[in-house]
Amino acid sequence: MASYETHEYDVLIIGAGGAGLRAAIEAAVGNLKVGLICKSLLGKAHTVMAEGGVAAALANVDERDSWRVHFADTMRGGQYLSNARMAELHAQEAPDRVRELEAWGALFDRTQEGGILQRNFGGHQYPRLAHVGDRTGLEMIRALQDHGIHQGIEVHMENTVVSLLKTGERVSGAFGYEREKGRFKVFSAKSVVLATGGVGKAYKITSNSWEYTGDGHALAYHAGAELIDMEFVQFHPTGMVWPPSVRGILVTEGVRGEGGTLTNSEGKRFMFDDIPELYVNQTADSPEEGWRYTQGDRDARRPPELLTRDHVARCIVREVQEGRGSPHGGVFLDIAWIKEKISNAPEHIRRKLPSMYHQFKELADIDITQEPMEVGPTTHYIMGGIRVDADSQMTAVPGLFAAGECAAGLHGANRLGGNSLSDLLVFGKRAGEYAAQFAEENEAVPLDEAEIDTIAAHTLKPFENPVDDGSGEKIGPYHIQAQLQDKMQELVGIARSQESLTQALEEIQNLRQQAEDVHAVGNREYNAGWHTALDLDCLITVSESIALAALERRASIGAHSRDDYPEKEEPDAGKYNTIVKKATDGTMEIRRQRVDELRADLQEIIDEIG
Amino acid sequence: MANATFRIWRGNADGAEFVDYDTEVSEGMVVLDAVHRIQAEQANDMAVRWNCKAGKCGSCSAEINGQPKLMCMTRLNDLPLDEPVTVEPMRAFPLIKDLVTDVSWNYKVKEKMKPFTPRPPDAEDGTWRMEQEDIDHIQEFRKCIECFLCQDVCHVLREHDLHDEFIGPRFFVYAASLEMHPIDTENRLEELKDSDGIGYCNITKCCTKVCPEHITITDNAIIPLKERVVDQFYDPIKKLFRVFSQ
Repeated sequence: MASYETHEYDVLIIGAGGAGLRAAIEAAVGNLKVGLICKSLLGKAHTVMAEGGVAAALANVDERDSWRVHFADTMRGGQYLSNARMAELHAQEAPDRVRELEAWGALFDRTQEGGILQRNFGGHQYPRLAHVGDRTGLEMIRALQDHGIHQGIEVHMENTVVSLLKTGERVSGAFGYEREKGRFKVFSAKSVVLATGGVGKAYKITSNSWEYTGDGHALAYHAGAELIDMEFVQFHPTGMVWPPSVRGILVTEGVRGEGGTLTNSEGKRFMFDDIPELYVNQTADSPEEGWRYTQGDRDARRPPELLTRDHVARCIVREVQEGRGSPHGGVFLDIAWIKEKISNAPEHIRRKLPSMYHQFKELADIDITQEPMEVGPTTHYIMGGIRVDADSQMTAVPGLFAAGECAAGLHGANRLGGNSLSDLLVFGKRAGEYAAQFAEENEAVPLDEAEIDTIAAHTLKPFENPVDDGSGEKIGPYHIQAQLQDKMQELVGIARSQESLTQALEEIQNLRQQAEDVHAVGNREYNAGWHTALDLDCLITVSESIALAALERRASIGAHSRDDYPEKEEPDAGKYNTIVKKATDGTMEIRRQRVDELRADLQEIIDEIG
Repeated sequence: MANATFRIWRGNADGAEFVDYDTEVSEGMVVLDAVHRIQAEQANDMAVRWNCKAGKCGSCSAEINGQPKLMCMTRLNDLPLDEPVTVEPMRAFPLIKDLVTDVSWNYKVKEKMKPFTPRPPDAEDGTWRMEQEDIDHIQEFRKCIECFLCQDVCHVLREHDLHDEFIGPRFFVYAASLEMHPIDTENRLEELKDSDGIGYCNITKCCTKVCPEHITITDNAIIPLKERVVDQFYDPIKKLFRVFSQ
């Protein structure tokens, strides 16, 4: 029998970024016992990487803003594939969620009147992003962390969950290990919230850290929940491209929000060449109008650099492919040029974009106040994820909830910048609230000891697998991970086709076989190789779901581009979501489901605002 | 492509030593890249803590050629590669394994500090009015990424091991961010003087020098807090006033 520690909770939260922390704080409002599992140390989660701001229609800078405009912007950005009820709740509740952070100690930049300052961002009609320079995510996670540690939440740092536990149909807990000694822990809980973030580590070029291995997606999938719209992976248009070791590190959209331009090797602002129909009326006609927009002129329209991320990323790829790229395979992002417009430009840039200034100075020897940056697309976010009920965030598995990046519905085919920080606050709170309600209304269920023994044995299998597969070739976990990343980048990246996706699915199956037999060296103490071996199952599961969904959607829409189907919609297909589920025989099955008709009052908003 | 040698601390609390690894290095690499390459190719089970690889999360703190630094922000260009680059864990905290130390003490310290306690909101929507110029200096403190390099280099912790009597520069910065917050109403000066041990700091500014976020820890946080403590507890006129008003 496996040896493990047991921890009992009313509500267990898996993941301690913004969504997990917000859920934990909410779940702890009553007298429930709440456990919070972090894969890393507390406060280090990926939320710290968010730079530009949190979107909320506070209307502090432009009084024309309202939840209705935010709703319409989100729906348009998502190409009308978003769950409209989620987009509605998100737009309505984001302002309160941001204000509440201030009560917990967050200090956003201020307006002249002393309120929370807001900035422009791609796809948002009015200045809407509350921010702190370009380190908004750090401010948010610190505010949540510093408030959260006084709410009686039990925190398990550096613990990884490898499987959810179910008793009958209901979720009953989770099984994991602590990193330090590799000891097993069993968590029993009346309800569980997944808040594990994204899947970026499935790709070679990514802004995401080692943790982003799709754990929540895979845990939910294996537990019987559905994954929706997994083909929509956001490639952020501006990642660093040089030097090679920093390739993929994010360059905030805030650079463009402050007036930064994208140019090709001919010095041309190529974004003016290709403006999608949906946005023609909202986009500036001239560089001059675009500049005025970034400086707060309310009558100006936004420059094309601030079009949605999917579109900007595709334009950059086109420039590079057609031979107009920068020396290292990107394009130029220039903020230094604003010295033509304002007198104290270098100081202004350092104040508005301090992290970007340091990042380029220290990692690339580039002074962004003097010269342009080289940038190109980087895997940044997944719009798809665990399918949840819009109001409660509960999945198809009773007692299992999901929030933040690992959940899906709000962003449709493309996420607007700033909408993820608000997403994790709004739906983190909701998930915590409804998970607590579920825990209050339902008794604890006993755990299945036999299931725990099976999972424990599987978790130790990498140590028992032979060192090589008989061919004499050592296949280590890092090798398999790197191969998967190469294949996903090459075959399931920005440009996809039936051929590339079919090949990707074959490659993924091969890698799954290899991962089954992967060997881990050393012992259970803080063993990165073993951890990587265990993460492989999650990475491979999400990679398969992305490729399968991408194959199913024979159209190019939002972040999903098919070279063989350049049109936005298949004839007669209508609007639909793709849904992936584990079949009874253990294989991955996919189906389509038509997007519901919009509620009449929401349709009216869209008709009116556009 | 050139090769370089990395002399990395391997082992756990029961015993550890330097082990040399040769690996390929290329343009623009940082120390964390080299450590990752060694981990992937030569030492799968090597323990290293990291997350963002962009200087934003403060996980990969270590001592590189004896200097406390973030591995992800230390470029190989800036190091002499004709001799081995030593990479060690932070020495002011107990070793877990290889480059990873037990920093849980820091989390316990923070939990004991009095939390942010705002005055009632200024506006009906539950918000406050604050001038940007009144919060600039606190935003400097809030840049802290909790890498704990300042704690690592502080001799009160590192050499004198006064973890029970002294909270260290990181938490003086945290205290300053709360004490100087325009809407916070709590008073933390008594704790700063007594249990937090601010008097132990003799302002050598080692912490300021190693801060990867360039927070002027000593001048902007610790010295003003020391002055406040002096004002409240050692000012002779105030002291007299307190005696008579009791």
